[in-house]
Amino acid sequence: MGFLDIDNATKSYGSVEVLHKVDISVQEGEFLVLVGPSGCGKSTLLNMIAGLEEITSGEIRIKDQVMNGVHPSNRNIAMVFQSYALYPNMTVGQNITFGLEMHGVPKPEREKAMAEVAKLLQIEQLLDRKPGQLSGGQRQRVAMGRALVREPDVFLFDEPLSNLDAKLRVDMRTEIKKLHQNLGTTIVYVTHDQIEAMTLSSRIAVMNGGYVQQLGTPQEIYDTPANIFVATFMGSPAMNVLPAKVVMLNGRPHAEVALFDGSMAQLPFSQDNLSHWDGRDILLGIRPETITDMDGADRKSSNIATMTNRIVVTEPAGSDTFVSMQLGGRDVIARMRSDAEVAPGQDFTFAVNMEKAVAFDPETENRIQG
Amino acid sequence: MSQASQDTAIRTGRVARTLIYLVLLLFALFYLLPLYVMLVNSVKPLEEITGGGMMNLPQVFTLEPWFKAWSSAQIGVDPTGLKPYFWNSIKMVVPAVIVSTVLGALNGYVLTKWRFKYDTILFGLMLFACFIPFQIVLIPMARMLGIIGLAGTTWGLALVHVVYGIGFTTLYFRNYYAVFPTELIRAAQIDGAGFFQIFWRILLPSSGPIAVVSIIWQFTNIWNDFLFGASFADANSQPMTVALNNLVQSSTGVKEYNVHFAGAILAAMPTLLVYIVAGRYFVRGLMAGSVKG
Repeated sequence: MGFLDIDNATKSYGSVEVLHKVDISVQEGEFLVLVGPSGCGKSTLLNMIAGLEEITSGEIRIKDQVMNGVHPSNRNIAMVFQSYALYPNMTVGQNITFGLEMHGVPKPEREKAMAEVAKLLQIEQLLDRKPGQLSGGQRQRVAMGRALVREPDVFLFDEPLSNLDAKLRVDMRTEIKKLHQNLGTTIVYVTHDQIEAMTLSSRIAVMNGGYVQQLGTPQEIYDTPANIFVATFMGSPAMNVLPAKVVMLNGRPHAEVALFDGSMAQLPFSQDNLSHWDGRDILLGIRPETITDMDGADRKSSNIATMTNRIVVTEPAGSDTFVSMQLGGRDVIARMRSDAEVAPGQDFTFAVNMEKAVAFDPETENRIQG
Repeated sequence: MSQASQDTAIRTGRVARTLIYLVLLLFALFYLLPLYVMLVNSVKPLEEITGGGMMNLPQVFTLEPWFKAWSSAQIGVDPTGLKPYFWNSIKMVVPAVIVSTVLGALNGYVLTKWRFKYDTILFGLMLFACFIPFQIVLIPMARMLGIIGLAGTTWGLALVHVVYGIGFTTLYFRNYYAVFPTELIRAAQIDGAGFFQIFWRILLPSSGPIAVVSIIWQFTNIWNDFLFGASFADANSQPMTVALNNLVQSSTGVKEYNVHFAGAILAAMPTLLVYIVAGRYFVRGLMAGSVKG
């Protein structure tokens, strides 16, 4: 029993099922991020929690109360919208207290609650202005203030940062995280931005095509993705996925991959159970940052393999240098230190941290459990 | 060389612009000519008009025709002037405009923010109302007014105009609210506002521009209507337009053209005023800032 339970929730429009039996249990104080590409059903799920969309089958419970059919205003939730949805005809102060007014809270209490929230979010000087006179970041704060003032059980955020410019987005991200740490509120947060998902969440639900692909902590999602979709969706640049073959060398499973010139390199796996796959084709997943030069290799790793391959392109990005090469017939990106001495056309010895490598079944695209 | 050609370019621009303004000015004068004739002749004694020279400025200035048209001219059988009919028109127009605009706004709100099955079909049917010619509804409408006991009354006339106007006002408000951010409605729902609270507190305060459009359209149409007024009103509930017709058509005595001109201007005055006053509130951008920046 969690604080917020999504129990076998399904959503259909007519005969089209857009959400398939979603099962998520959120604990009190948890920060759950629903992440996925557009059309994956994440916003629909959020709207179902809010009560803005009906549940076709299944149950949503908040504090063990079944919420199916309960009006949004009676669920004790608050929502921050992508467009902020501030009432244009009201001042900031009226925007913040509108919900309290609708719930029949007397004026002195409303004023007090508004003052507290305004102080917390540092928007006291804006209270008499109209939303049209505010900057994007200020509107964002007001939208959060409107949510906070109600002291809801669950906060719902629908892509709240996607309308801000890049720099402000990072600032507000930190601010939301701070707010969550200080207030310990339960949050369900929808985004399509995997970095937001990784940085903010205590748990992530990666969604695609109406299914929850994987539910886990950011670390679990990143290190042991359930399938190729999760592996490539989370992380930037995306995880390299390339065809390889399992071969046994010295009683240990290795991934045999083709280098640029067609010759083969054998990279030893850390997972012994891949022995069952001896002689079979797999898809090998290697994150860009686990392919480095020898000096940049992870010293804590017990399994650094080397291979010599030709560099195709180098892209210095300031903090890192991205190096691309041909591996297994695919373009593969390596993320190196910025001072790595690399040049296009050079045959370079790469260090691959095979401890972090994952293998996928090419048929099902699911990770081969290690 | 380049300097010279640049100068020429500017000069050609000026010539072209002067030409454009000249043509526009001519057209404006042409369009304003009838108003000039009406104004000038409404402040002349009748002899000046009958003596020829419609375009001349008055030699003797008099407001007598205006007073006469307003309060003592022969309309039908009674020498009442247009005054009582002016009030008839007001009593018909004001409720009809308010009710049809409010209903149109409610319809637009429901059709965009509380969607239901077949709502587009319903809207299509309502749109149909905009294309039905007046003449077709005359007889059924007369029958309906008789049944509900409003035949020959100002209220009945107002009702007819409300029914006829809802199609237009619904169209205006539906299209306006279609682009009104639905997230605002959802936010208000979560805040606990009900159907009418959302309408009253969130939607209507942002509906200024379209309300002005609807009011101007409805006011002009209803005020200027002649057919419904002539068909459904009795002697005591006739609107201004019908009375003006009766004034001009009165066959007793001489044709007082100056009084007719004054009466026509009086009849047209309210719609002109509505344009001048309300046109200023034709502002956009009331929604600025509610969504993204």
